[in-house]
Formats: sequence, structure tokens, C-alpha cells
Amino acid sequence: MSDYRILNTRAPRVDAWDKVTGKAQYTDDLKRPGMLYGAILHSPIGHGKILNIDTSRAENLPGVKAVITWKDVGTQPYGVSPARYDETIFCFDKVRYVGDEIAAVAAIDPDIAREAVNLIRVDFEPLPLVLDPLHAMDEGQSQLHEMYDHNICAKVNWNFGDIEEGRSEAAILRTDSLSSKMQDGAFMEPQSILAEVDGADNLTMWSSTQAPHYIQRTIAMALNHPLHKVRVIKPAVGGGFGPKASCSTAELAICMLALKTRRPVKFTFDREQVFLHGRARHQFHHTMTTGIHRDGTLAFLEHKCILDGGAYASFGIATVYYAGSLLGGPYRLKNMKYDGYRVVTNKPACGAQRGHGAVIARALFEVQLDRLAEELGMDPVELRLKNVMEAGETTCNELFVSSFGMKEALEAVRDSAAWKRKRGELGQTRANGTGIGAACGFFVSGAGYPIYRSKTYHATVVIKLEEVGGGVTVFSGAADIGQGSDTVLAMITAEELGVELNDIRVESGDSSRSVDLGAYSSRTTLMAGHACREAAQDVKRQILQAVATRLEIPPESLEIKAGKVISLTGEIDFSEIRREFLQEHKGFMDTPEGPELTFREASRIAFLELGSVVGTGKYKPPPLGGSFKGATVGTSPAFGCSAQIAEVKVDLETGEVSVERITGAHDCGFAINRTQVEGQMQGSMMMGMGEALMEQKIFDSEGRILNRNLAEYKIPTSLDMPHLESIIVESNEPNGPYGAKEVGEGAIMPVIPSILNAIYDATGVRIDELPVTPERIVEALQKKKLENEL
Amino acid sequence: MKKIISLTVNGKVVEVAVEPGRTLLELIRDDLNLPGTKLGCGLGDCGSCTVLMDGIPTFSCLTLAIQAEGCRIETVESLSQDGHLSKLQEKFIEKGAIQCGFCTPGMLMTSTELLRRNPGPDEHEIREAISGNLCRCTGYQKIVEAVQGHSEEGEK
Ligand code: FES
Ligand code: FES
Repeated sequence: MSDYRILNTRAPRVDAWDKVTGKAQYTDDLKRPGMLYGAILHSPIGHGKILNIDTSRAENLPGVKAVITWKDVGTQPYGVSPARYDETIFCFDKVRYVGDEIAAVAAIDPDIAREAVNLIRVDFEPLPLVLDPLHAMDEGQSQLHEMYDHNICAKVNWNFGDIEEGRSEAAILRTDSLSSKMQDGAFMEPQSILAEVDGADNLTMWSSTQAPHYIQRTIAMALNHPLHKVRVIKPAVGGGFGPKASCSTAELAICMLALKTRRPVKFTFDREQVFLHGRARHQFHHTMTTGIHRDGTLAFLEHKCILDGGAYASFGIATVYYAGSLLGGPYRLKNMKYDGYRVVTNKPACGAQRGHGAVIARALFEVQLDRLAEELGMDPVELRLKNVMEAGETTCNELFVSSFGMKEALEAVRDSAAWKRKRGELGQTRANGTGIGAACGFFVSGAGYPIYRSKTYHATVVIKLEEVGGGVTVFSGAADIGQGSDTVLAMITAEELGVELNDIRVESGDSSRSVDLGAYSSRTTLMAGHACREAAQDVKRQILQAVATRLEIPPESLEIKAGKVISLTGEIDFSEIRREFLQEHKGFMDTPEGPELTFREASRIAFLELGSVVGTGKYKPPPLGGSFKGATVGTSPAFGCSAQIAEVKVDLETGEVSVERITGAHDCGFAINRTQVEGQMQGSMMMGMGEALMEQKIFDSEGRILNRNLAEYKIPTSLDMPHLESIIVESNEPNGPYGAKEVGEGAIMPVIPSILNAIYDATGVRIDELPVTPERIVEALQKKKLENEL
Repeated sequence: MKKIISLTVNGKVVEVAVEPGRTLLELIRDDLNLPGTKLGCGLGDCGSCTVLMDGIPTFSCLTLAIQAEGCRIETVESLSQDGHLSKLQEKFIEKGAIQCGFCTPGMLMTSTELLRRNPGPDEHEIREAISGNLCRCTGYQKIVEAVQGHSEEGEK
């Protein structure tokens, strides 16, 4: 298939053996001598002033080692975006959602810690709640934060091209809305934290985080602890999908407890706390007016969105920008207007989740395309094909797509799912309970800029050869949270060095190993991949240089292949080096044989010549984006794109939807690991399907989440999921390592709209509120029936 | 009041003193130091804590340790013998049925039991069997393929 030995294969994950044997260590599996257990006190009310906190009874409980509140940790604001530092470790003046953190305890066992937390007395003066995002900005509403006038945390007003000209030229235009509900990440591993301090004040925190680098900075900043004395280590992580990317009060509080008690402290969320903490998908209310020319080409998009962000900013500034910017592609769209408002309400803060900010916007836009196609009497796939961008084009908001397999992806799903045959008559919905729907998507392959303003490299990698020869260790800060980045780094290293995957060890997810901004914005393969490739080439150059020096030949005449050093210019006599190696290894039984020089010998020679051999690599995107306000969000060195076709059956009596088959194609540029690319696509399909049909946090009138467990907050089970067909498209991205770009998030983009379009085909009704529950379908069908009778 | 109970865990008889409220999961993870079995919810909703109790897939988070008195418990740590993976474990690796791996121990236990009782399950039988084990990463596709792949080739 390709000229690579290891890349582009289905190599097994480097952590697979640990994971199938139960040996993989997640944070909650770790134990340290003398370890204490933490617990956290959450606010029971949604909005109120704190009048008094009395911790005396908790402090006096036997077994309690420390109780901390804002009085112990101060009120230094922190958050994700420096311009919106709106959180403090603990609430001090007021609480803003049910779950807001007030105090923490460390005790000798978890039961005592929880009991102590219950003994803390807090007196509140309740304040009016703000729960409805559509009215949060109204005059007279209670204001959550002094810094957010009218509860507006962020707003974006963008105007690209000439919207009025687009409107005047459009043959057909239509306005539609779509709203969604807050979601939960529903990763299987609840957040867990273990912190420890040594005699020199070095603070080490193991955490189930997606972004050790940012967490390290936030801890140092919020706790005023020297940055170089904070080390964040990410053990195995049981999924993150976004919510684990921001630093949490729990992480800060547990570090503080470790500093205070001078003992290791561990704390693991229970499932209810995962829901309370949130930081998952926002609630979106989109309205779009899209105009189209008679020939099916797009004329303009006018888009307004109100995002319910919950109580704090978290990643939400990026969210409100992404919700607008990522509609710039994958279609040629010259005129686009976007007004986005992120409001704060008395609910758990929302943040990033797979397909950050862009998922519901994409869903509505793709629904609009289908509706416009219907009005034009055009096949919706044809309409899309007419508008898709090609490599080398720039969107109206100045995003340059350097590779773009959009057309290929769309044609691939069209043909693989037998779209033409199944879809039947053009423009007709069957409304007979069977439906098929298509959609496309567009996503960044790594954010173009770090969250804080800096010229930092986004990823560095250090590769070190074992001095004894043969072994290779890759040091990286990149966070493998299950997506498989460790395997990607190992494969790149093995490919470049010409050795086997088994010879590579990856030590990653540790802020002391290298800089890596973390697992978010679908960035790791491209950015850490670049750095890794450069580091591996650096190491290889040094090995070949050392061997060439020994042999007194030019290094260019040597190459490493399949673990052997070979000569490109005819036979070379390696026997001198072999003799030396054997001399060093008297008594060893696994000595090298054969005419070629092994990698083991070559790397040993490199050590003897050069001392420890270390290679380094780094990556930072070039300056990207336009000069308008907020132009940095949405920029990326590359863009992924995807297409999908969903087939559904809907029971027209009960409204029950069953997704029968999903066929997806994603352009990942180049698949470093084919199995893992498919895995990301399939996981995206599942998350998108859950979001389309079942997932929603339900709140009562006091701002409490009613369904804060995995029985009532439904995610798809193996019985809900259909057969998933995943097609890999490779467009060879010039800015990616080996042509590779993202798949982790982009693949979720077409999922919801393809299902929505299929449901319309099956029922003849459109539902403009997610999730599309059976009740909503039945209601819409009844309404339509009534209308028909009138 | 602690009570001494005796049970067989991964083929070894163990005697332990447990509080009456201690769950089987806590016993396995904390007292017996077998952290392969995971706590995902503690409420019987996710299946991460699945072990086999007298051969039957059981949520250890909902089972009291004292209920396991005299029972035979198998955890993920028992699946490989002397460093050799079971065929099913190999298939999980080969087919890419693992991402974050947090659901994997539970998935393996549930499917091990399925294959013991039904060596050639079809796709629907597999989906039925693992429907109490949530996985947020894989969309279940490759897990189903791994269990299917196992039954196609049979136990070696
Ligand atoms: S931990 Fe037992 S079912 Fe979730
Ligand atoms: S692999 Fe992550 S939950 Fe299944």
C-alpha cells in the first residue's frame, strides 16, 4: 500500500498488553505510602451568597488531617482563557451552581473524609437563579459575575464578505433553528487525582488529565508554587473527550491538601461528581438563514447562536468562536455573518467536548442544505458536491485548506452506502419509516495558537538511545487518553530509525518530559508527530555519523532498515565493530550475528563515540489567520473533513428511532495507524448518535441535574449501535507529518445531521430540538397530521 | 464488626476480614490488590467492575464482599496464564477493540463468559451479551469484531 514498513499499517497499540491484562495503571489504581484521601464539599444550591463557613466539627473528627476553604488557599482567580479568569479554587463570596466547590478535606480513609465534609456548615443567602440561557441577558436578571455584564461571558460579531449582496443574489433562502441540551462527557473513568510533595517542595500530581502542560501552569499560578517545582503526570486515562482538558478545583485542592499535610493525598470523583463538575458540551441555540442560487451554489449564511455556558468560562471562549468559524468550510461560501453570545447561568460550567463548539452548528447547517436541496429539487449529495472546496482554497474567514479530500469522502460514502438506489426519487421524502440521510463536516487539525499568549513550541519530543545499545525511549508530554497517541509516536520513531515497534518505549503525558499542549483540538498526531519525526531523524543522523566515523566512510552511504545498518554503496566490512561489541559482551548469549551491523551494535557504537545520544524535535505552527478580532480561533495548520450517510428506521406509532447503519468517510491526510483511525471514526459515530437521539442533562427548577448517573443519562449501548462502516480517505496533507492530519474530533461532525436528515426522510417531519426523542417525533407527526386534515 | 470470609479468587483460596458494607469491588481492588477491575459508576450502570462469580458476570460494585463467601471469583488478572494471553485478549489487541481500556476488563469478563456458554455467537448475541458494559470510545464495532473473530477461529 505504501513504502512504509510500519506507518500506515494496523500495528497493535503499544499499551494494549497492559490494558487487556488489567496491568495498565489509571490514577485511582495508584497508591503511595502514608496516603490520605480527599473529599470535596459542593454547593447544594444553585446561586447564593456565602454568609459563613464553619469547619470546626469537621476538623475535630478523628482521622481528619486537614480541612481547607478559601481562607487557606486565597482567592487568586484562574480559569482557561487568561482574559476570563473567573474561577477561584473555592467559592468565597458566592456559589454559582449546584456542585460549586466550597471546601476540601484530607483524612486517613475515604469514609472519614466524606463524613467530615458533611460536618461542614455553610450558611447561604439564596440569590435568584438564572437558568434559561435565552433570558440570561435580559434586564433585571440576577448577574452571576461582576465581570459579565448582562451575564454575557463572550460575544462574537463577525461579518465576512457581503451578506447583503449574497441575500440579494440568492434565489431561495430559508431560516431554521436548532437547539440542543447540555451534555456530559460520560467517559468511563471518573476524574482522579493523587498529589505528593517531597522535602524540596517538589509537587507531583498524577491526574486523569488531557493536558498536563496547562494543568501544571494553572497549579503553579493558582497555588503560587514555583512552576518548575510542579510536575503533572498523566497515567493511563479512561477517556476524556474534552471535559478533562481544563484544570479543576479538585486538582488544585488536592495539591493544596498535599502541601498542607505533607502527605500524599488521593481523590476520585464518584459518578455524580463527574456530572456536577461538567465542563462538557454547551447548550446551543442556533438560528441560520442560508441563501442559495438556482444552480445550487451557496450565496450566504447568516448565523446567530446563543450558548449556555453554565457558571464559568472554562473553555467557552473558544467554544463560541468555533461555533461560528468552522462553518467557513467545507463548502465555498463567500458571505458569512455570525453573531455568537455565550451566557453564564447557574449550571455546571460547560467547556470543550469532541468537535468543540462546532457540532450543533454543523448539524443545523447540514439540515438546511438538505431543505434547500429539497426546495430546489436537487439531490442533497449532488448539492454538496457542487459546493465542496478543494485543496488550495481559502474560506471567507481566512482558513486555508492545504489538503482536502472532501469530494472523495462524499463520493465514497455515496457509493458505499448505495445512496442513489436507496434514496429513490429525487427530492421526495418517503415518510414510510425508512430513511437515509447524508452530511459533511470540517474540523481543525490542531489549534493554531496556545491558550495563553506565548511563542512556546506546541510540541517537543526527546528521543534517547539506551547507552547499552538497542533500546530507544521517546519522551513526550503528549497525553494519550485512549486515542492512541503513544502508539503513533512509537510507530513514527520505529519507522524513522528503521527498527521494530517492540524496541521503542514511550514515556509520555508527563510535564517534565517535554512540552506538549495536550490532547485537545485534534492536534497530537500532527504536532507531536512532527516533533517526534524530527527527534528520530536527529538520533538517526547521530548513529549513522558515529558508525561512518568509525568506518571512515561518508554517513550518506549508510541507512538503517529493519533493524540493520546497510550500505547504499556496496559491501562494507563491519567486522571491526562486531569484534569490539563481542569483546564487551563476553558471557552474553544473545550476541549479534550475520553480515550486517545490527541497530544494537550501531547504537552502542554511537554511545562509545558520542556519549549519551539524544535527539530532539519541536513543532510550532507558522503564524496563521486573518487580522479580525478572534481570527486565531479556528486557525490550524490543516483541516480534516468527513462525510457520512446514516440509515434509520422510525416507528411511526411510537417515534422510536433505530439507526440501522452508518457509513462514514474521513480524510485524515494519511493514516499513521489504520485501525486507530477507524477507531476514532467509530467512537465519534457513537458519541454523535448519542447526542442526536438520547443524551441530555435534565435540570430541575433549582438548577439540580436530575439524571446524574449513567442509567438515566443515556449513552448508546452495544444494542443501540448499528454496524459502522469506516472509510479512510488520504489526501496527503503537506503540513502534516507523512501527510497526516486529524481524525479524533472531525469525524463527529456529520453524525448528527446525517441522522437528522435520515429521520426526516423516514418521517417527513423535522425536529428542531435535540435530542430527537420518540416523544418529540410523535408530537411532530401528530402536528403534521392535524395540519394535513385542516 | 468485621467478618472473616473465605472465597476463591483467580484460583487461590483467600481468607479476609471485611466490614459488612464492603463491596466485592473494594475487596478485590483494595484488599486483594487486584486493580484491573475498574470502578466506573458504583451503581450497576456501566459494567466496568464486571467479574465472574461462580462463572456468572457480576457487577462487583453492587455485590457485597460477604455475599461472595464460598464463591469462585474470576477477574481480568486471571485471563492470561504464565504471560500467555487468552485467545480473546489477543483478538482484542489485534482488532483494535481497546482505546482507553477502562471498559476492557469488564468487556473481557463478560465476553469470556459468553464464549464459554456459546462458542459461536452471532453479532446480535454478542451485542446482547455486552449490552450492560458501556464503552464510550469504540462505538462497540471493534469489540464485536474481536469477539466474533475469536469464535471464528476457536480457542487455541
Ligand atoms: S462500576 Fe459497577 S457497574 Fe459501574
Ligand atoms: S475503550 Fe474506553 S471506554 Fe471502552
